[in-house]
Amino acid sequence: MAQTYQDLLTAARAEVPEVQVAELAERIGGVGAPLVVDVREQSEWDEGHLPGAVHVPRGFLESRIAGVATPDQPVVLVCAGGFRSLLAGRNLREMGYDHVESLAGGYTRWKQAGHEVVVPHTLTPEQRSRYSRHTLIPEVGEEGQLKLLGAKVLLIGAGGLGSPSAYYLAAAGVGTLGLVDDDVVDASNLQRQIIHTTDRVGMLKAESAKIAIEALNPDVTVNVHATRINRDNALELISGYDVIVDGADNFPTRYLLADASLMSRTPLVHASILRFEGHASVFLPYEGPCYRCVFPEPPPPDLAPSCGEAGVLGVLCGVMGNIQANEALKLILGIGETLSGRLLVYDALGMSFTELKVRRDPNCPGCGPDAHLEFRDYDAWCAGIGRHLEAVRV
Amino acid sequence: MSTVRVPPVLRAAVGGVRELSVPGSTVAEVLAALYAAHPEVRAQLVSESGELHRFVNIYVNDEDVRLHEWLETPVGDTDTLLILPAMAGGATASR
Ligand SMILES: [Zn+2]
Repeated sequence: MAQTYQDLLTAARAEVPEVQVAELAERIGGVGAPLVVDVREQSEWDEGHLPGAVHVPRGFLESRIAGVATPDQPVVLVCAGGFRSLLAGRNLREMGYDHVESLAGGYTRWKQAGHEVVVPHTLTPEQRSRYSRHTLIPEVGEEGQLKLLGAKVLLIGAGGLGSPSAYYLAAAGVGTLGLVDDDVVDASNLQRQIIHTTDRVGMLKAESAKIAIEALNPDVTVNVHATRINRDNALELISGYDVIVDGADNFPTRYLLADASLMSRTPLVHASILRFEGHASVFLPYEGPCYRCVFPEPPPPDLAPSCGEAGVLGVLCGVMGNIQANEALKLILGIGETLSGRLLVYDALGMSFTELKVRRDPNCPGCGPDAHLEFRDYDAWCAGIGRHLEAVRV
Repeated sequence: MSTVRVPPVLRAAVGGVRELSVPGSTVAEVLAALYAAHPEVRAQLVSESGELHRFVNIYVNDEDVRLHEWLETPVGDTDTLLILPAMAGGATASR
């Protein structure tokens, strides 16, 4: 005679002992604690589970149990209300797991009783879909994507380099992007600063970029810092961020960032551009060379043309900004070989990439053992004022 | 003759080219030959005291000559000497 659901449950109760929530709570912390196996579906597990539990969905229990428990081990099965676990326990008993029990009332009663639950950090179904081309890559995977979502990147400049790097970091799901820029969008920016639009000319660049980023990816929190980074606010701006992406347009800011990166021990992803040429590197504080190991001093202003004076190919910004985004992602994920110790020189006209070796300078005024690292007046220093005196003193 | 790669900021001083063939068996000799052919380059690379500016790096192939024998670093016929001043460009059109 066919059995009803109730018949099945009654039969299962006769074979599988039920453990009460309070008893399990005591046993979990004690000696010979049972293995808690949660047999619910992925979405139920994702919303929370017992601490220390392992997840084997009901449909895979018989095929996967050998991988998590031995037949002589005490096992407590958990589902939402205590029924699926009871039925599942019957099958495990048949497989020789003689110490299987079922949690009466399941996860629901456990949670209602106020016992500790663990809410796992996982991708939502929308995120699984959005980032599927990332999670398919073994080096990234769901774990890597979660790292990106938890990461914070500070971008100095939302202009030529910052536009592509911020845009791609946002698309990649870097959870927090800080944009430091006090400038407003000008029509002459749009030849290369692709994160801005014609109808946002006149708007603060950081605000304009925030609009674009939020439209692209609602997972990203954008912190707008409509200010110019300086020695008074640098460390405060940087604090809490994992990586700095340097898209500055002037030497005072670059040397300030070099020093602030060392002081805060925050990796600095560097790129600079002019006409058809780009430089890129990664400066890992006290691990690899710093910016001043490579360029101890800036050129005097009359020998340092800006893009405003010399021009820059718009696409070059995209190439170099995306190299920065690439390096920032690798730093967050902890994969691959970064540009630390290498200076990449890109010639867009000749279409050549040249790699130059850069090393830590033992006499580096920034990261060397005798360096007295302190913020200075970078504008004056870059203008050459006081530098001669300093050289004499050294 | 080694190959000298000229950075964007110096191209006007050498007639707009990116690379030049320059004789010389050390960095100093190559630079001297370069200055002789293009005097304007000297004005941009060398300070009043006659020293190479500190913001200019010279690489023979991919090695920084500061970490080798500086201006006495040998340069062979198949070597490339790359002049690399720091560049600031990035975010905005002008300050
Ligand atoms: Zn250094």
